[in-house]
Amino acid sequence: MDLSKKWLADYVDLDIEDREFAEAITISGSKVESYKQEGEGLKNIVVGHLLSLKKHENADKLWVCQVDCGGDAPLQIVTAAQNLTEGDYVPVALHNSVVAGGTKITKGKMRGEVSEGMMCSVAELGVTVHDFPYAIEDGIFILGDDCEKVPGMDIREAIGLNDTVTEFEITSNRPDCMCVIGLAREAAATFDVPLKLHTPEVKAGEGDVNDLLKVDIEAADKCYRYAGAVVKNVRVAPSPRWMRERLRACGVRPINNIVDITNYVMLEYGQPMHAFDLRFLEGNHVVVRNAKAGESIATLDGIERPLDDTMLVIADEKKPVAVAGVMGGEYSGIMDDTNTIVFESACFNGPSVRRTAKKLGMRTESSARFEKQLNPDDCDLCLKRALELVQLFDAGDVVNGIIDVYPTPKEVVTLPFDPDWVNRFIGIDCPADEQKAILEKIGFKVEDGVITAPSFRIDIESQADISEEIARFYGYNNIPNTQLRGTADASLTDRQKFNRLVENTLLSSGLSETQTFSFISPKTYDKLCLPEDSDLRKNIVISNPLGEDTSVMRRTALGSMMEVLSRNYNNRNPKAFLYEVATVYVPHDTLDELPDEDQEIVIGMYGQDADYFKVKGILENLLDTVGIRDYDVVPVTDHPSFHPGRTAAIEVEGKQLAVLGEVHPNVRGNYEIKARTYAALVDMELLEQCADLVRLYKQLPKYPVTTRDLAFVVDKITPVLVLEKAIKRAAGNILESIELFDVYAGEQIGKGKKSVAFNLIFRAEDRTLTDEECNNAVQKAIAAAEKLGAELRS
Amino acid sequence: MDTREQLEQIRAEAEAAMENAASLQELDAVRVKYLGKKGELTAVLKTMGKLSPEERPKVGQMANEVREVITAGIDRRNELLKAAQQELKLKAETIDVTLPGTKVEIGHRHPLSIVLDEVKEIFLGMGFEVVGGPEVEWDYYNFEALNIPKDHPARDTQDTFYITENMLLRTQTSGVQIRTMENKKPPIRMIAPGRVFRSDAVDATHSPLFHQIEGMAIDEGITMGDLKGTLETFAKKLYGEQTKIRLRPHHFPFTEPSCEIDVSCFKCGGCGCSMCKGEGWIEILGGGMVHPKVLRTGGIDPDKYSGFAFGVGLERIAMFRFGLDDMRLLYENDVRFLDQF
Repeated sequence: MDLSKKWLADYVDLDIEDREFAEAITISGSKVESYKQEGEGLKNIVVGHLLSLKKHENADKLWVCQVDCGGDAPLQIVTAAQNLTEGDYVPVALHNSVVAGGTKITKGKMRGEVSEGMMCSVAELGVTVHDFPYAIEDGIFILGDDCEKVPGMDIREAIGLNDTVTEFEITSNRPDCMCVIGLAREAAATFDVPLKLHTPEVKAGEGDVNDLLKVDIEAADKCYRYAGAVVKNVRVAPSPRWMRERLRACGVRPINNIVDITNYVMLEYGQPMHAFDLRFLEGNHVVVRNAKAGESIATLDGIERPLDDTMLVIADEKKPVAVAGVMGGEYSGIMDDTNTIVFESACFNGPSVRRTAKKLGMRTESSARFEKQLNPDDCDLCLKRALELVQLFDAGDVVNGIIDVYPTPKEVVTLPFDPDWVNRFIGIDCPADEQKAILEKIGFKVEDGVITAPSFRIDIESQADISEEIARFYGYNNIPNTQLRGTADASLTDRQKFNRLVENTLLSSGLSETQTFSFISPKTYDKLCLPEDSDLRKNIVISNPLGEDTSVMRRTALGSMMEVLSRNYNNRNPKAFLYEVATVYVPHDTLDELPDEDQEIVIGMYGQDADYFKVKGILENLLDTVGIRDYDVVPVTDHPSFHPGRTAAIEVEGKQLAVLGEVHPNVRGNYEIKARTYAALVDMELLEQCADLVRLYKQLPKYPVTTRDLAFVVDKITPVLVLEKAIKRAAGNILESIELFDVYAGEQIGKGKKSVAFNLIFRAEDRTLTDEECNNAVQKAIAAAEKLGAELRS
Repeated sequence: MDTREQLEQIRAEAEAAMENAASLQELDAVRVKYLGKKGELTAVLKTMGKLSPEERPKVGQMANEVREVITAGIDRRNELLKAAQQELKLKAETIDVTLPGTKVEIGHRHPLSIVLDEVKEIFLGMGFEVVGGPEVEWDYYNFEALNIPKDHPARDTQDTFYITENMLLRTQTSGVQIRTMENKKPPIRMIAPGRVFRSDAVDATHSPLFHQIEGMAIDEGITMGDLKGTLETFAKKLYGEQTKIRLRPHHFPFTEPSCEIDVSCFKCGGCGCSMCKGEGWIEILGGGMVHPKVLRTGGIDPDKYSGFAFGVGLERIAMFRFGLDDMRLLYENDVRFLDQF
C-alpha cells in the first residue's frame, strides 16, 4: 500500500520528518517498507516562459528560443520539438541539471547556436500523459492551467510532483489499513493528534433510484451487503490535477473522472467500487447469485472465462455482468457514449472471492482487498463519497437515493475490559485509564467495563487481540525484559547425542559435511542405473513442483551426493571427500499415512587417496567408535550403482547396515565424473540400534605377550576375512588379536594364488603362556587355514 | 725423586692430560693411563712397601687424595665433553622448521550446522529441549491447527508444495508447536530446528528449501516480557553482550500479540552500514504470544496457561555471520566453499 503524504494531510495534521514518521509508525505496527519523494532525481529544472522562437539558420528542424527562466535575462535554448508556440510555459532543464533517468544536461552549441539548457517532455520529468492528459508524448510538455506558471519556479512544485510516497507492508489481518483513512487513524494514534474524519454530503438531485435499479441478493452467504446508486448524463472528462496527483502517488494510473472516482474511493476508504453502464444491465436489475454451470463471462481484459457454481457473480436478468469482487464484464466498463451508470459498493465473503480469483487465475486489486474480508458497515458511506465527488466534478447528475440491501447486519464484537489481565499477559503495569485511552484513539468504545470493537476491525476476537492493541501503543519496546521463572532441565536426547558422535567421527575422518535438497528429479534413479521395478522409485511426489528437477522426495541420498561430486569435479576441484546425514522419505502403501523419514549417511569421494579401502577404513573407524565389533563384510556383485568387483555390504546379525564400494563407471559417467568415485550408504537407524556405547574398563594386562607370524598361500579369490575368522576361531581365547600385515601376489607365489601374512598375538590374563600352549594354538590355526585350502609358507 | 714428589708429578701430569683430552676416548685413555690397573698411580702404590712404617700411612693418604682429585677431574671433564658432543650432534640434526607440516585431513562442518549447533547450545542452556517434527506434514499441523484455515489469505505468503490435498511439505516449523503440545504437558520449553519448503525459485536470496528454528515456552504466567527477555539473551549470546533487540508489531495467525524482532547491526553496532542497509537493525526473528485458539487446539487450557513462540531463519543468521551474499552457495557444496569453515 502506497500512501500519499498530501492525501494523509486531509486527515491528520503532522509536522514530522519523513524518516521519523516512518520509524514511529513502523514501531506502532504499520510497517514502512520504504519512502521516497516524488521527483527526487530531478535537479535544476524550472518553469520557463517562451518569449520567442525562430528557425535555426543552419537547420530546418531546429528552433532557437528565448525563454524567461526567472533570471535577469532570457536564456537561449535550441530545440527540435515542433509543438511550441510563443507564450507557452514549459519545463526547462538548466545548465547542470538532471532529468528523469539520471541524464545530466549542460549547456552546449547546436549547429553553431548556443543552447543554455533543454526543454523537457513529460517522460523527462518522470510522469506520463495519463498524469497530464493534455500533454503529448513526443514533444515538449506545455504546462496547462492546472500548473503554476511562474518562471523560475522549481518544476516539481509547479506541476505538483512534490509528494512523499510511503510504502507500507500491510499484514493480512488488517485490511482496514489498506487505505488512507485506515493509515491516518494509525498515524493519529501514533503521534497523538486528532483524526479529522469527513462525512460525505450528497446534494439533492433528480428522480428516484428505485425507478431505475433493482437489486436482489440470492446468495446471502457470499454477499453480505450490496449498495448501488445511479448517475445520469455522465460527463466523462479528465479528473482535476489534485486527484490525478494522489492516484499517481498511490500507483494508480488516472483514466477519467468516473473511473478515477471509483479508484479514489477504494484508496481512501479501502472499499473497491465498480461502475456499470446501465445500458447493458438487462431489466435494470442486479442479481447477486452463484454462477450457473456452463455460464461464462468475457471480462474487462477481453478474455472469455468459464464459470462454475461456486463462483459468485453480479448478474442482470439474463447473464453475469461481473465476477463479484474480482473483475467486471467486458460491456460493463465506461465507454465514450456511456450515459447512465450504476455505482456498486458491496461486501462479499472473503474466502469465496479468494477461491474464485484463484480458480480464474486473476488476482486483481479488488479481489486482493475483498479476500481479506472487508467491513460491510461502510458500504453506504463509500457510495456517498463517490456521489459527492461526482457532484464536485460535475461529472454527471446524481439520481436521488441509494439502493442498499443489507440482509443481516454485522454483529458487533464486545469483550470485557480487563486491564489487569492485559497487564499480567503482557508483563506491564499500564493503568486502566491509559488502556482505555489507547483503545479509544483507535476507534474502540470502552463503556461500563465492556469494549466494543469498531466494525472495520475484523481481526478482533479475544482478549489477546485487545492486549496487542494496548501493547503496541504502550510500546513493545517499553515492555520490561524478564527471564522465564522456574527451573527447566534440558539435554540432547540419546539420538541427538548419537548423531553428534557419528558426525564428529566422520569429520575427523576427513569428510566435510554437505547439505542438499530433499527433493530430486525422478530421473536420478535412471542415472543411478536402478531397475524400473526398484523400490526406491516409489516416491512421495510433489503435485505442484517448481520443475521436474525437484519433483519427488528422495528415497536415497546417493543421487544428491553424486550431484555434489559432479559439481565439484566439473569445477575442477582435484578432490572431494564428503558426507551428508540425509533424510530420506519412505512412503507407505497409501497416502493416508505420512511417509517414514529415515536418516541415511551417504559418503562420497574422488581424487588422490580415494579408494575402496579409504571408504572401508572410514566405516570401520565409525563402527569401532559406536562399538559395533561383530559384523560381516560380504562382497556385493549385483548392486546396479556400484562396481561388481569392488563393492561390499556390512552386515550385522544378517541385517544390511551399509553398502560401500566404487561407484559403477556407468553411474559416474551419467554424472560426468571421469575420476574413480567411491561411495557408501549407511542406515542410520540400524547403526544406532546396533551401537554399543557402554564402555567398561578392562584391567591392563599383567603378563607378557607371545607373538607369531603366519604366512599362507591361498587361492586369490579366498576372502581374507574368511581366513582370518577361521584362524581366530581355531586359535581359541588365548589369541588376543590377529592382524593382517601383508598381501602379495606375484610370480613366486603362482598363478591364481596370493600370499597372506598375519601377525598373531597370544596372551592370557592370569599367567605367562608357555611355548607349548602357543604352539598348540598355532597348530590349530594352521589346520583351520588348511581346511580353507591355505598352505603355510615356510 | 721420592714417592711424594712422584705423586705430585702424577697429579700435575694427569690434570694437564685431562684438560687436553678433546674427546671421550682420549679422556678414557687418560683414565687408564693414570688410574688403571697398570696405570702410573698403581705403579707408585706398588713401591709403598719400601717406605718406612711412619711414612707409609702419610704417603698412602696422599696417594688416595691424588686418586680422588684425578677421578673427580676426569668426571668433570667427562661431563663437559659429553655436553659438547651432544651439542654437535643436535646441531647436525638441524632441519628447516619452515617446511610444511604433515597434513592431517579433517573434514569441515557445514556453515549451517555450525550456526545451528551454536543456537542449540544457547537454548539448551536456557532449558529448552531440542525436538523434531516431520517435514512431510499434514495440512492440519502446518495450517489448520495454527489458526490458518483453508482460503485464509495468510496462506498466500507461503507458497506451498502439496503432495495431496491434505499432505504437504511443511512451510514452517510451527507445526511442531502443536505436535509438542499434544505430547507434553506444561511446563514446556522447546526449540524445533528443521527444513521447510516454499515454492520459491532459486536465486541469491531465495531457495525452495531452507531452515527454520521454532521455539516455544508454555507455563503458567508466561508474559510477553519473558519473550523479550529470552530473545534478548539469545541475541546477546549469539552476537555479543552489546547487542540490543527491537520489537515491531506484526501479524502471524498463530500468535497474538505478534512481533518481528530486529537485532542491532553486529557490524556497525546500529549506526547504519551496508550490511543493515543503513538502518542499524537487522530482522532475524518473528514471534509472539501463543494464540489462545492454538493453545486450545493443542489441548492446553488458555485460561490457565500462556506461552510464547518464535521462529528464526537459520540461513539468514548464517549468511550474516559469515558474510555470505548468495544463498545458493550453501546448497552447492563446492569444497572450496566448505573448506572455509
